[in-house]
Amino acid sequence: MRHSFRRDMIIGAIAVTALVLLPLVWPNKAFIDFTIRGASFALFATSLNLLVGYGGMVSFGHGMFFGLGAYSFGLLMQRTGMSIPAAFALTIVVTAAVALAVGAICVRLKEIYFAFLTLAFQMFLYSLVILWVPLTGGDQGLRGGIPRPSFLGIDLADQRQLYIASCVLLVGGLILMHHIVESPFGYTLRMIRDNATRAAFLGVEVFRIKLVAFVLAGIFGGIGGVIMSLFVSGAYPEFANWTMSGEAVFIVMLGGISTFFGPVVGTVILLLLNDVVTRFTEYYGLTLGAIILLFALGLRRGLTDFLLDYWRRSPWVLAAAKRGR
Amino acid sequence: MDIASLVSCFGSAACVVTQVTSGLIIGMLLFLVAAGLTLIFGVLKVINFTHGSFYMLGAYFALTIFKLSDSYVLTLFGAAFGTALVGLVFERLFMSRVYGQNMLMQLLVCYGFILIFDDVVKIVWGAEFRSMGMPALFQVPPIFVAGGVVPPFYLFLVGVTVVIGGLLWLVIERTRFGKIVRAVAHNPSMVSVLGINTGILYGMVFALGGLLAGFAGALAAPVRSLTPGMGFSILIESFIVTVIGGMGSIVGAFVGALLIGLIRTFGSVGFPLFTEGLMYLFMVLVLIAKPTGLFGKEIA
Repeated sequence: MRHSFRRDMIIGAIAVTALVLLPLVWPNKAFIDFTIRGASFALFATSLNLLVGYGGMVSFGHGMFFGLGAYSFGLLMQRTGMSIPAAFALTIVVTAAVALAVGAICVRLKEIYFAFLTLAFQMFLYSLVILWVPLTGGDQGLRGGIPRPSFLGIDLADQRQLYIASCVLLVGGLILMHHIVESPFGYTLRMIRDNATRAAFLGVEVFRIKLVAFVLAGIFGGIGGVIMSLFVSGAYPEFANWTMSGEAVFIVMLGGISTFFGPVVGTVILLLLNDVVTRFTEYYGLTLGAIILLFALGLRRGLTDFLLDYWRRSPWVLAAAKRGR
Repeated sequence: MDIASLVSCFGSAACVVTQVTSGLIIGMLLFLVAAGLTLIFGVLKVINFTHGSFYMLGAYFALTIFKLSDSYVLTLFGAAFGTALVGLVFERLFMSRVYGQNMLMQLLVCYGFILIFDDVVKIVWGAEFRSMGMPALFQVPPIFVAGGVVPPFYLFLVGVTVVIGGLLWLVIERTRFGKIVRAVAHNPSMVSVLGINTGILYGMVFALGGLLAGFAGALAAPVRSLTPGMGFSILIESFIVTVIGGMGSIVGAFVGALLIGLIRTFGSVGFPLFTEGLMYLFMVLVLIAKPTGLFGKEIA
């Protein structure tokens, strides 16, 4: 386990270095914006895949943590004037606490109940955001910008530095989540997904493992929300709306649930798709809905699932397997 | 929080009558939507996330039919059967392809269709708020009960819904069709072995759900403003209703819908900011006390 963690760290360091150096060679504002948004969504979607792909828990309310991360970070920065790292840490505590409370009620339930109940809790959060106008600004969102004071010589109001910070958070978050799914805990989670009854017979505390997974997913989803609120310098009700969860579920399915990087691939595809679709038509829902149906009814699995299947069935791999035997 | 006005409301008969009637209106509309949702879940074991969109389509169908025909009776039937057709086509062509698969796929098909239906409504009827207006038949002075105002349309709405609820119960519990539906809910492969086409039956259950939701939409059209996206909020509420009443139970949906309706109206007097919260709080309490819901049997 330690070896794989070290290897992850080295690959991560290389990835961060490459991402940081890229704009020096290719200064492109659109690319920088795209990557910041991508980092936010990729963390959010990968955290959902912890539940869907590894835990077999299809949450349809994961957007609540995205919204919660964005709003609590934005409010802390606007109201208390604390430093960015302090607000970041406190936001993690807040999302973890909410995830613990919601998870304690939801994770016992069967899958379809689980999906709908998480959605119901998200809509509760959404209605709070809309109704509690003095705190959240209602349907206008948190306006007036989020102050982004410098800390340790880092100024996140500067788009280039925010880009670097987002890359570090993305890669760091992915390494941590990869470590989680490759740990004994991650394998226990897979066992529960495949056969919860047998896991319970083997002495696994199913409820506790599922709850921990729910809280961890909530935390990383919240970090995605923090990046987004830094990027737009605000927080809007859409962040907490159900469409956010729908998009995350679609990203996870689009990319594929059987590989760790599936949701990252899905994020890149969906963001590119968004940019193209909104450029050509105002009927975003109609187009996106049709594409979703194409994937769900046509391909019936994610892109990386499809490629993985194709790879495993290719004559070359089959021949290699035969030779190995 | 405003406990004082809640107490004073309970002290005056007029306030109680007004709140109870508007609670009944909310409850009746919720019941019609939730009954379809719970029926589809009971038989097919899927949650139809597009059910709110059926309600929305029913309301918009009503808007157009009423404008063309000026007959509210025709409007009610047209909207209900139009939505039933949508439900049938949706189930046969799309939903039936993802039964027994990963739930992710069912969720995605529904998500795709919610987006599509909302956009279709925007294209056909426009994105702004629309209202149908009260049919001439009901443009009569309100009735006063103990000093509280009760519009005649409200009485009609409640009466019709109670009749429909009774009919639905009769159909499910006392007819051959209902018996088959209950049998399919229990053991679909056994029923198909006995020579009954379960595929068509599934389509009909979806059509029945669409019929109820479309009827609810047409009943709501005179008293609610229509907007794309109106389906999603009622979807969440009717889900809460079915959780409280018990998934698959029509009686449970009725009781749950009435409870939620009353909680909403009296809650808006006593806790204006926390009305939604009260609903969720009640649902969580029921889930903790009886995870299968008040009238639920097996599944949870």
